[in-house]
Amino acid sequence: MDAPLINIKEISYEYEQTKALENISLQVEEGDFLAILGPNGSGKSTLLKVMLGLIKPTKGKIELFGVDSKNFKHREWIGYVSQKSNSFNSGFPATVEEVVAGGLAKKAGLFHRLSKNYKQDVKEALLSVGMEAFSGRSVSELSGGQQQRVFIARALVAKPKVLILDEPTVGIDHQNVQSFYNMLASLNRDQNITLVLVTHDVDTVTDRITHVACLNQTIHFHGFKEQLHTMSDAQREAWYGHSVRKIHHIGGSHSHD
Amino acid sequence: MIDAILTYEFLQNAFAAGLIIGVIAPLLGVFIVVRRLSLIADALSHVTLAGIAGSLFLSQSVAAFALLNPLFLGIAASVGGSILIERLRSLYKHYEELAIPIIMSAGIGFGAIFISLAQGFSNDLFGYLFGSVSAVSREDLMIVAGIAIVVLVFILLFFKELFVLSFDDEYAKASGLPAKWIHFLFMIVTALVIAGSMRIVGILLVSSLMTIPVAAAMRVAKSFKQTILLSIFFGEFSVITGLVTAFYFNLAPGGTIVVTSIFLLLLVIGFKKISVSMKKGAVA
Repeated sequence: MDAPLINIKEISYEYEQTKALENISLQVEEGDFLAILGPNGSGKSTLLKVMLGLIKPTKGKIELFGVDSKNFKHREWIGYVSQKSNSFNSGFPATVEEVVAGGLAKKAGLFHRLSKNYKQDVKEALLSVGMEAFSGRSVSELSGGQQQRVFIARALVAKPKVLILDEPTVGIDHQNVQSFYNMLASLNRDQNITLVLVTHDVDTVTDRITHVACLNQTIHFHGFKEQLHTMSDAQREAWYGHSVRKIHHIGGSHSHD
Repeated sequence: MIDAILTYEFLQNAFAAGLIIGVIAPLLGVFIVVRRLSLIADALSHVTLAGIAGSLFLSQSVAAFALLNPLFLGIAASVGGSILIERLRSLYKHYEELAIPIIMSAGIGFGAIFISLAQGFSNDLFGYLFGSVSAVSREDLMIVAGIAIVVLVFILLFFKELFVLSFDDEYAKASGLPAKWIHFLFMIVTALVIAGSMRIVGILLVSSLMTIPVAAAMRVAKSFKQTILLSIFFGEFSVITGLVTAFYFNLAPGGTIVVTSIFLLLLVIGFKKISVSMKKGAVA
């Protein structure tokens, strides 16, 4: 059996003597569409940052594609889409094409120029997120939802095997959230891209995901979404810190505030 | 004017150095502006003042320094200042901007002490503060040319990484780019450009040549590459116009170059406003 694409082994992380993550173990297998759910301050974004190597855990280790993350050389296999509002420079004078081409920087390597056919790669990435018509537009002129699609294209252009998304729908209006998740589901289904997603959109995302991890400093549940209803009330309360409603959907169940 | 340039070596030096600075200052300035580091450039220019003033002071008392071009100590101070800024920024993670007033005031403080300790270089100092058409030596020109080569090689080697880092530094780190090292090299190169540019533009105005042409270009450019090209064009136009005006009217070139770039900026802002209102009118 192949090694998990991401294998988190007994990770803990403390920030200024406050425990953010405690003894977390989690595996992401090829083809998974995993949603990491939890209340505010539960350590969801911290866990993603640990996965990406942006912060070092105080304890435990991470294997990426079967290799210790410290020795992992193929960062281009992992695409990352951050929370839009926290990250990019919104007034930046660049076209959509230039921004997406930035996603090829690591793949091309230091001291090397982008490959000759990089424009074709950019075009294909934009096509897969439905933004091919915006190639020459300034990225600062786009709406929040359009910008987020561009950032997914930037993450896809290097043809990653895993895509990690941190609250990607923040700042996107409710109508566009549905089509946004449909697009993610099709990337998972049609291009076999493994997805790890931190989100608050529990209602919207449940129909599309395959796996759920319930996090609140530690993992309270991890498994197929269909098994989520097997969590006891006590487990739910430990996870969310207070009682939560259980809502049943066709093909699965999920819980939220 | 052409006759004068062909006749006098000092004018050849000034124009050649000016043309080089007109390219490298706005070129690096684009990255400085989009990364919101404009004030760091200002702080480094004041640290350069301390190095220059220190060198001029030491040249009066230590024989070896009398032979040394003050630019070298200026460059050393600027590079040292850039490293200190980075140390302070990591020390005060939640108040990164604190590094700027600390280093800026340290630069002015040391500069003021050296200036008051030494006597009789007020003419030299005026040239360093506001630039000079007559003070650029062949050695200064060689130093500026050397710095330009370093800058161009750095930008060519790291262009795509600098672009990604400037647009979204968290993404740059997450995608495995050596963001920390590239930023460190970027700060050193910025320090070099500031020290090199101040012979023409002057310490007090050097950061403006890195920012004002970029501010003008950003109003009209449609892409990042266009922003770079337009910034260089505006920078060169300001330098050439400023140097010619300074020569004919016996003015400090730093002032004429910066005032020209300000006029250019106002023209571009006006042009942009008119074109936007015309478009709106056409739509209505």
